Amino acid sequence: MSTVEIVEVRGKVEKEHPMEKLLRMDRIPHIWCPTCGIGTAVKAFATALEQLEIDYNNVAVVSGIGCTGRVAGYMKLDSFHTTHGRAVPFAVGLAIAKPKMKVVVFSGDGDLISIGGNHFIHTARRNVDITVICVNNFIYAMTGGQVAPTTPILANSSTTPYGTFEYPFNLPLLAASSGAVYVARWTALHVRRLTNAFAEALQKRGFSFVEVIAPCSTLYARRNKLGDGLNLMKFYHDNSIIKHGADPREVDIGFQEKIVVGKFVDIEKPTYLDCLNDGYKRVFGDAYKVYGEEDE
Amino acid sequence: MTKIKTVKADPRDVLTGEHYLDGNHASAEGGIAAGCKFFGGYPITPSTEIAERISQRFPKVGGIFIQMEDEMASMNAILGASWGGVKSMTCTSGPGFSLMMENFGLGIMLETPCVLVNVQRGGPSTGLPTLPGQADMMQARWGSHGDYEVIALCPDSPQESFELTIHAFNLSERYRIPVFVMTDECVGHMTEKVVIPGAEEIDLVPRRYTDKSPEEYWPYIPEKDLVPLMPPVGKGYKFHITGLTHDYRGYPVINAEVQEKCVRRLMDKIIKNAKDIIWIEEKDIEGAEVVLLSYGITSRVVQPAIEKAKKEGIKVGQIRLVTVWPFPEERVRELASKIGAYVMVEMNYGQVYYEVERCAAGKCKTVLVPHAGGTVHNPEDVYVAIKEAVK
Amino acid sequence: MSKTEIKITGFGGQGVILCGYLIGKAASIYDNKHATLTQSFGPEARGSACSAQVVVSDSRVLYPYVTHPSIMLAMSHDGYATHKNSMADEAVILYDQDLVKPEEHKAGVKVYGIPATRFAEELGRKIVSNIVMLGFFSAVTELLDREAVQKAVETSVPKGTEELNLKAFDKGYQYGLELKSEKAEAVTKA
Repeated sequence: MSTVEIVEVRGKVEKEHPMEKLLRMDRIPHIWCPTCGIGTAVKAFATALEQLEIDYNNVAVVSGIGCTGRVAGYMKLDSFHTTHGRAVPFAVGLAIAKPKMKVVVFSGDGDLISIGGNHFIHTARRNVDITVICVNNFIYAMTGGQVAPTTPILANSSTTPYGTFEYPFNLPLLAASSGAVYVARWTALHVRRLTNAFAEALQKRGFSFVEVIAPCSTLYARRNKLGDGLNLMKFYHDNSIIKHGADPREVDIGFQEKIVVGKFVDIEKPTYLDCLNDGYKRVFGDAYKVYGEEDE
Repeated sequence: MTKIKTVKADPRDVLTGEHYLDGNHASAEGGIAAGCKFFGGYPITPSTEIAERISQRFPKVGGIFIQMEDEMASMNAILGASWGGVKSMTCTSGPGFSLMMENFGLGIMLETPCVLVNVQRGGPSTGLPTLPGQADMMQARWGSHGDYEVIALCPDSPQESFELTIHAFNLSERYRIPVFVMTDECVGHMTEKVVIPGAEEIDLVPRRYTDKSPEEYWPYIPEKDLVPLMPPVGKGYKFHITGLTHDYRGYPVINAEVQEKCVRRLMDKIIKNAKDIIWIEEKDIEGAEVVLLSYGITSRVVQPAIEKAKKEGIKVGQIRLVTVWPFPEERVRELASKIGAYVMVEMNYGQVYYEVERCAAGKCKTVLVPHAGGTVHNPEDVYVAIKEAVK
Repeated sequence: MSKTEIKITGFGGQGVILCGYLIGKAASIYDNKHATLTQSFGPEARGSACSAQVVVSDSRVLYPYVTHPSIMLAMSHDGYATHKNSMADEAVILYDQDLVKPEEHKAGVKVYGIPATRFAEELGRKIVSNIVMLGFFSAVTELLDREAVQKAVETSVPKGTEELNLKAFDKGYQYGLELKSEKAEAVTKA
């Protein structure tokens, strides 16, 4: 119902959308629910790209499956919508084939951390030069609100109807301990800071990671009595604690508890290809042709 | 028919000369000669020598070898690299092949050129890691979910492992499809003379890129041969591709009508070009009472049995399936009414055999010489089957 | 069409596979023949029993495995004991005297011993005993052209070890020639 209405309304709007250069307007309206944080994350990402004034031709977005997995489909960039959990290894192949390209994985928590968890930690370990953006909505939203490895303990989901009794992952800790060179977390309320975080992550060489806290407004928030979109914003406002440089071991998210946000890691480290090139140069000397130096 | 231009292999990639190599090393050299510059793989017996040789050779030819965290990652990494414009391959066996199936399907759906070498071992499950089998043939055909067509090549020797790996790359670029090289432990670990020709004798199909401008281009508008041309990444095409059912724009459309169009063309681009893809070798078909079908190592092992039967006056014809998929349906159907029997010899309990039976459609007898794997057939068993077939 | 099946047995680490590889390479690259090498893989290739099989033929080898070898190079007693009964009727068994204690064989089977390990130790590297065996094999069986085998050795062993390996080959080859002429004499005298 509401989708149709939006189409009609949008059809009459003649003014250019401010993000038109970066969005596939022929695919709007998008599938996300009103008050969903994914749209905010996309807007912040697009704004970051604008601010950086980088060549959009040189940016690719890879997504997996799920609500956030649809991001690739709305960005007017070379964009790849892959399979569940596999956006990261697809991006690894792409980033190695096109070393000068900014390859961004934009996906959800279930996709990146559950089914794709192994790919996530190994790609961070290798410090492959990609940016991973994870919209953490605390559940599997597209399939109807099942428990995820990020669901806070005690929270209710459609497959933990009596409450979740297992420990969730702390994503900044996972990324940092696996080797990421940049780790930040913001909520969907912190649009300006989130935009800056994206811009910083995009400028990093190596595996950069930004977690966007955006509990699913349709399935998680309601089920767990966080109210609607506006109430969610108020929740973020009242409960976020900005702590730059916080020890990632101390940023666990408890049920309806404070959320520590900020930039936790920002270090320099040779990338996967840097290490490979250096290693081979040591072994083969001048005979080794540095990989990725010339692009076409 | 769309005329496909070819280019010569780069001499820097080709190890021209006579070598004594096993099938796995020969496959690796075939990939390198074909211009493969990205290999993502995970170690698994009996395919590992391919990865090992590539890892040793790639730094010298400007390629990147990466040992991925698992087979799902390997398959996706080669898809990503291929979209990045780099020829890519992986190798695996048994359990790893099962793990690659999901994203082999993504390769089919996105129409991604790349090559997957499966050095078949005995199964199911962990089965016989160090011994041969040919029991993944139907998995190659149907292993990923959904309807699609595949191309699978079966080398019978190290020499052919080299040649068919190059051929696999050419078919994959030609038809924009991941192509299987379905070898086995016996061929993979068998060492024989491999003659690698000069680069000027190796023709390669280059990436079929669009010549349209970004404004005019959509990813899935096919050419006359039903194959759409690829966009170069990073050049402003800002294309979108998805594993979801999609329209000509590459945009997801979830309905029956677009599904029909999308799937139909994925199948037709192989079915309608099957005549150009199918590669079979026939021998003594004229006047044959019985025609023996085989592929890969099995087609060598059956020879003593055929000689023995011939000495007794039995007229035995042979078809060696170099491509098992697409299956040479038309030919098998046509011959069925002219011969007394087909004898299918394969290292499994009946896989390609059922295709033979289906195409024979009762017009001639069909006999299977099965084998669970672990070693090759005893030629004597094949001989007995031929005798049985002409009874 | 003449076809010869060869079995090489020993322990992992003795160079059993390399020995088979060199026979195959000599035959197919330098001696205008066809040769298919297969080997046992898996745990057995990593320390304990280990074997290589080579089929040498004037025409293309079709059946790749060895079933009734007519030549055995035995570098361990276990390997020898495991395979001796599957040998062809007029087989030639070549063994390392330091490692194998041959048993009675039926008439027709010819058995030749060489102190290969000791020779290799005298040359300074125990590891080349497989090349001593290869030289011995070349002289006794005359299956392959001597130069072809030498060339295979030269082009396959690690750089810098060519001379040592060729010496090892010669040692085995000369010993084989002498042993053969002694045996021939013995036969004539008898």
